[in-house]
Amino acid sequence: MDNVFELQNVYKTYKNDGKEFTALKEVSLTVKEGEIFGIIGMSGAGKSTLVRTLNRLEEVTSGTVSFYGKDLASLKAKELRKVRHSISMIFQGFNLVNQRTVIQNVEQSLKIIGTPRAERREKALKMLETVGLSEKANQYPARLSGGQKQRVAIARALAVDPKVLLCDEATSALDPKITNEILDLLKKINEERKLTIVIITHEMSVVEKICDRVAIIDDGNLAEVGDVKDVFSNPQSKAAKKLVFPSNPFDPSDDEGQIVRIVFDGTQSNVPFIANLVEQTGLKVNILSANTRSVGGIGYGQMIVELPPRAEERQKIIDFFRNGGLSVSEVNRNE
Amino acid sequence: MSDYIKDAILTGVWETFVMTFFASLFSYIVGMPLGVILYSTSKGRLLQNRAVNFVIGAIVNITRSLPFLILLVLLIPFTRLVVGQSIGTTAAIVPLTIGAIPIVARMVESSLNEVQPGIIEAAASMGASPLYTIIHFIIPEAMPSLLQGGAINVATVLGYSAMAGVIGGGGLGAIALQYGYYRYQKDVLWTTVTLLIIMVMLIQELGIRLSKKHRKT
Ligand SMILES: Nc1ncnc2c1ncn2[C@@H]1O[C@H](COP(=O)(O)OP(=O)(O)OP(=O)(O)O)[C@@H](O)[C@H]1O
Ligand SMILES: [Mg+2]
Repeated sequence: MDNVFELQNVYKTYKNDGKEFTALKEVSLTVKEGEIFGIIGMSGAGKSTLVRTLNRLEEVTSGTVSFYGKDLASLKAKELRKVRHSISMIFQGFNLVNQRTVIQNVEQSLKIIGTPRAERREKALKMLETVGLSEKANQYPARLSGGQKQRVAIARALAVDPKVLLCDEATSALDPKITNEILDLLKKINEERKLTIVIITHEMSVVEKICDRVAIIDDGNLAEVGDVKDVFSNPQSKAAKKLVFPSNPFDPSDDEGQIVRIVFDGTQSNVPFIANLVEQTGLKVNILSANTRSVGGIGYGQMIVELPPRAEERQKIIDFFRNGGLSVSEVNRNE
Repeated sequence: MSDYIKDAILTGVWETFVMTFFASLFSYIVGMPLGVILYSTSKGRLLQNRAVNFVIGAIVNITRSLPFLILLVLLIPFTRLVVGQSIGTTAAIVPLTIGAIPIVARMVESSLNEVQPGIIEAAASMGASPLYTIIHFIIPEAMPSLLQGGAINVATVLGYSAMAGVIGGGGLGAIALQYGYYRYQKDVLWTTVTLLIIMVMLIQELGIRLSKKHRKT
């Protein structure tokens, strides 16, 4: 599979009135053809900066960003514009021209690449059909809901048949139901057109729902990158753990007691293993937190439990879980 | 009022209309591009260029800060050069145009400044060139505001045209001066003033309606 984007040691430093701020530090990653790649992180982590380096809306300070093997920094203005015809982008604020109708907005991208008038209209109408907005063609954006505006933006972005679609918080201004509809639409287009999609978000649910791989950005650093199911079921970095397993609601009852994390996936999620533990060993654990999530239709869960103080009892419990196919790892108290 | 004066007033209305129309038209032909240049060369904009922005900005500021009456007098030789005479309706169009250009330029600049940066970014992401972005994204998006500014500019030119009467420019201003001031004919003075006010109000109303019709937000 080809690499659509390849980032090597990307740094981005903003300079404003003598003040410097490094928003990206040594970021290296690849985006593969046909995948939906998620980039997630806290607010201010550098997600938007990162995605904007992918179409050179932002120049990198050092390192390279290549698109199908071509270093974007080496392109002249005109060449860059040409490359941008195959890298479309949608935004949190939709960014439609409000004084133009829906169909005119969709036609704009086609006009830029020089599509003749008649063909433009035809393609734009077809795109509106794809996003389910045919009957709104002659309305102005002000009359549309947020979800509809984003559909227009998607139609405008995809009318030119790009190789990639970049989405910067494309669903953050929308409610959960509409978010799901937009995500379903993106997934459908990804499958039908083999379109590569890069999605920036601060919402776990977005990544869970449609991404194949995910990168976690923390304070300008790439904390972790991998398949969504691996990262979400077994996060390695601190930033990833914080995102995947939000802080424990309960404090352990004993300062010295051992705390472990039990991770289970779809294959065991219907087994009542805590009840079984009590029934079969007579030993009890104190549950500090538990949550489950569904990644690509498979249930994942994790539980943070405090084990009893006696060492042989602890071992028995750990063995019981491990024999049941669960993964058990010790949790550092200050995590 | 005698028929003679009534005729003079009618001619005055026509002359005022002609001066205002052509001075507005010419001032937009020059002022609009200047406004676009001022906007696009300013800091953080598409064609950022400090030198160009500074020079044009300075010229605009200087001409704008001159009182119109002074400009009228200063421009007499220039007007003679352009139209071959320095009095009359045609002659008055020259200083009116020159006086309105900087006002138009600043007004256009401020209308364009209102356009959301997101739209410009979207255009860039689609691979639009700066010039394309200005013509097909920024100006259409700013159109309602440009029309509103246009009405204000035309009304300003109309007001200035009355002043042009002082140096023999013709129009309602000249009549007010002739009959109302030199010959103490109060009724003529008030008639011309009322007509001027009505003309300004009509222009404003037209501008607001056009702008409303265009505003889709
Ligand atoms: N033009 C700029 N000049 C200076 N600093 C900037 C600039 N743009 C972004 N930053 C800083 O870089 C950091 C990363 O910004 P960025 O917009 O990439 O964050 P983000 O992860 O997209 O956050 P959010 O989720 O809030 O959109 C922030 O601390 C921000 O203040
Ligand atoms: Mg952002």
